Amino acid sequence: MKTIEEINAIKAKMQAQLNMRSSIDNAGDTRIVVGMATCGIAAGARPVLNAFVEEITKRNLKNVKVTQSGCLGMCKLEPMVEVYVPGKEKVTYVKVTADSARRIVAEHIVNGNPVLDFVIGNE
Amino acid sequence: MFRNHVLICGGTGCTSGDSPKIRELFEKKIKEAGLENDVKVIMTGCFGLCACGPVVVVYPEGSFYSQIKPENVDEIVNEHIIKGRIVSHLLYKDPEIKAQETVTSLNETNFYKKQSRVALRNCGVIDPENIDEYIAYDGYQALYKVLTEYDPQQVIDIIKQSGLRGRGGAGFPTGLKWQFAKNAVGDIKYVCCNADEGDPGAFMDRSVLEGDPHTVIEAMAIAAYAIGSKQGYVYVRAEYPIAVKRLSIAINQAKEYGLLGNNIFGTDFSFDLEIRLGSGAFVCGEETALMTSIEGNRGEPRPRPPFPANKGLFGKPTILNNVETYANIPQIILKGPEWFASIGTEKSKGTKVFALGGKITNTGLVEIPMGTTLRTIVEEIGGGIPGGKKFKAAQTGGPSGGCIPAEHLDIPIDYENLIAIGSMMGSGGLIVMDEDNCMVDIAKFFLEFTQDESCGKCTPCRIGTKRLLEYLEKITEGRATLKDIDDMEKLCYYIKDNALCGLGQTAPNPVLSTLRYFRDEYIAHVTQKKCPAGVCKSLLTYKITDACKGCTLCARQCPVGAISGKVKEKHVIDTDKCTKCGVCMSVCKFKAVIKE
Repeated sequence: MKTIEEINAIKAKMQAQLNMRSSIDNAGDTRIVVGMATCGIAAGARPVLNAFVEEITKRNLKNVKVTQSGCLGMCKLEPMVEVYVPGKEKVTYVKVTADSARRIVAEHIVNGNPVLDFVIGNE
Repeated sequence: MFRNHVLICGGTGCTSGDSPKIRELFEKKIKEAGLENDVKVIMTGCFGLCACGPVVVVYPEGSFYSQIKPENVDEIVNEHIIKGRIVSHLLYKDPEIKAQETVTSLNETNFYKKQSRVALRNCGVIDPENIDEYIAYDGYQALYKVLTEYDPQQVIDIIKQSGLRGRGGAGFPTGLKWQFAKNAVGDIKYVCCNADEGDPGAFMDRSVLEGDPHTVIEAMAIAAYAIGSKQGYVYVRAEYPIAVKRLSIAINQAKEYGLLGNNIFGTDFSFDLEIRLGSGAFVCGEETALMTSIEGNRGEPRPRPPFPANKGLFGKPTILNNVETYANIPQIILKGPEWFASIGTEKSKGTKVFALGGKITNTGLVEIPMGTTLRTIVEEIGGGIPGGKKFKAAQTGGPSGGCIPAEHLDIPIDYENLIAIGSMMGSGGLIVMDEDNCMVDIAKFFLEFTQDESCGKCTPCRIGTKRLLEYLEKITEGRATLKDIDDMEKLCYYIKDNALCGLGQTAPNPVLSTLRYFRDEYIAHVTQKKCPAGVCKSLLTYKITDACKGCTLCARQCPVGAISGKVKEKHVIDTDKCTKCGVCMSVCKFKAVIKE
């Protein structure tokens, strides 16, 4: 028999996963857009995307949405990631890896400080 | 961790459109791409927009793909899932939004924008076969709250304050019903759920059971606690195999988690739930007949009183509520009765689900706050009548209800208003009719149904509906007199006053309401021997006008060889041979064939 604590644990775990389905159409959401065109995938965008999703779930961040986009035109700088925080200017990261993705979540998404090391122009 | 969720509608409508195969293909293709750990494929309940099924929604983008065929799966996986490019030509196109070519998300569409989903909140959102997803959306929190914070009387008071009324048709206040059962003396009491949805055109109960079965289980447990019951039954028709399957899975999962069974949440409350299958008799949706059927006897009603709250199933105090009524309960407990009472009109609170059907663009399920006008439902949510035809009437309440003509399109829909204009809420079937529908024919259709479904126990219903149908047949065949119309009307009132149960008492409603608003159509059938809408075959003749170019197409297509004429000359129909099948009219390229 499950206790209410166990039910609440299931709820918390599942909510993190289902957040993806309820967060649509919310103008206040932070969006992380990963370039997933052929060039991005070839340069390793898929583990980057997964790292973002994992990190956000692990930290149980609400109102953060990870989506994909096509080629941004600067294929040599892939994997590219754009981060849209409402009310702030868009930040574009280049040559992102799974490790830098985790840093972006920690420093930029959580603490609000863009990781200048990976920002376009600084590569 | 998953980066995409692919939701595929597994409601009955989309299932018949091959959605299980679509799901299989998605799983296969995603596996081939090595993404089975990145992308989750889920079969959900009904999204509501059945006209555009099968429906597939891909999150996090929320892209709403409609009318998907198995051969489209490849493209969605390759483009959207692998490369992140939304396949715009497969997206649902809102007929009303012309400026924007396609919509990507469901909440932007006219169909969903005006709706307010309480009973259907989880349908099309969660996986109905996974209790954890229901729990994620506050599932079983209402039951916990009730068991640990309220005593039974407080629960009943909350339901009373919310103003919730039965969604099965008659609109009896739910809290009051529970109060009667709680007050009734007896150590054994039962909680039953009526899922014997029998109205032609209604499918909201099925969709709730298919899309969110746990909400019904949770609500029934709450009801059991309130009245002091330990045992519940869900009576569902065997024609709903998907609903039965998902409900059985849900009951087993709830038992595994200890949310059904003994000492739920460690309290001394115990409750068990079983499914009883009905074989689809319409009368078994009537409460006393339903209970008789659960008892294992032939499904026949019995006189009331005694009411089920005092003497119901197996002679014990019983409450019986409809699926949609139950689906509202957990939300009322969690959000409070004031929240629920703030939706709707003065006497009808909350929302109501309607199954839109007939001559309407967006066939499907809609949930609207009480007090929404019929015009909003038909023209805005429903997308209007296809082919630019004119609205004639809407039929609500199935065979027990009546027709609402165009002059009442702006009436706010609630229980009292519908009864005042000669119809009723019923379970919520809403069939839209245009100028091509004959109202006498509609009344005849419903009488054929009730006559066929009459259980035969009481004479007014058994013989009365048969005689009513005979009058209608006479009228549609042009054999009736004006006196027949008056006699038929008298018989209607006689049946209403004397039948034993709700089936018989409401069976004449389709006749009475069409007589009230469309009496001229009845009279045209009798005096001019004409069917104004051109439906009743016996009163029609097909003719070829001077527009005929003599192309011979109709003559070649006529199955009985009733058309003669030479090439490039006007053709003629032999009315003695003509079977009025209408083939000539549909094949003629010059609109030269007319019926009158």
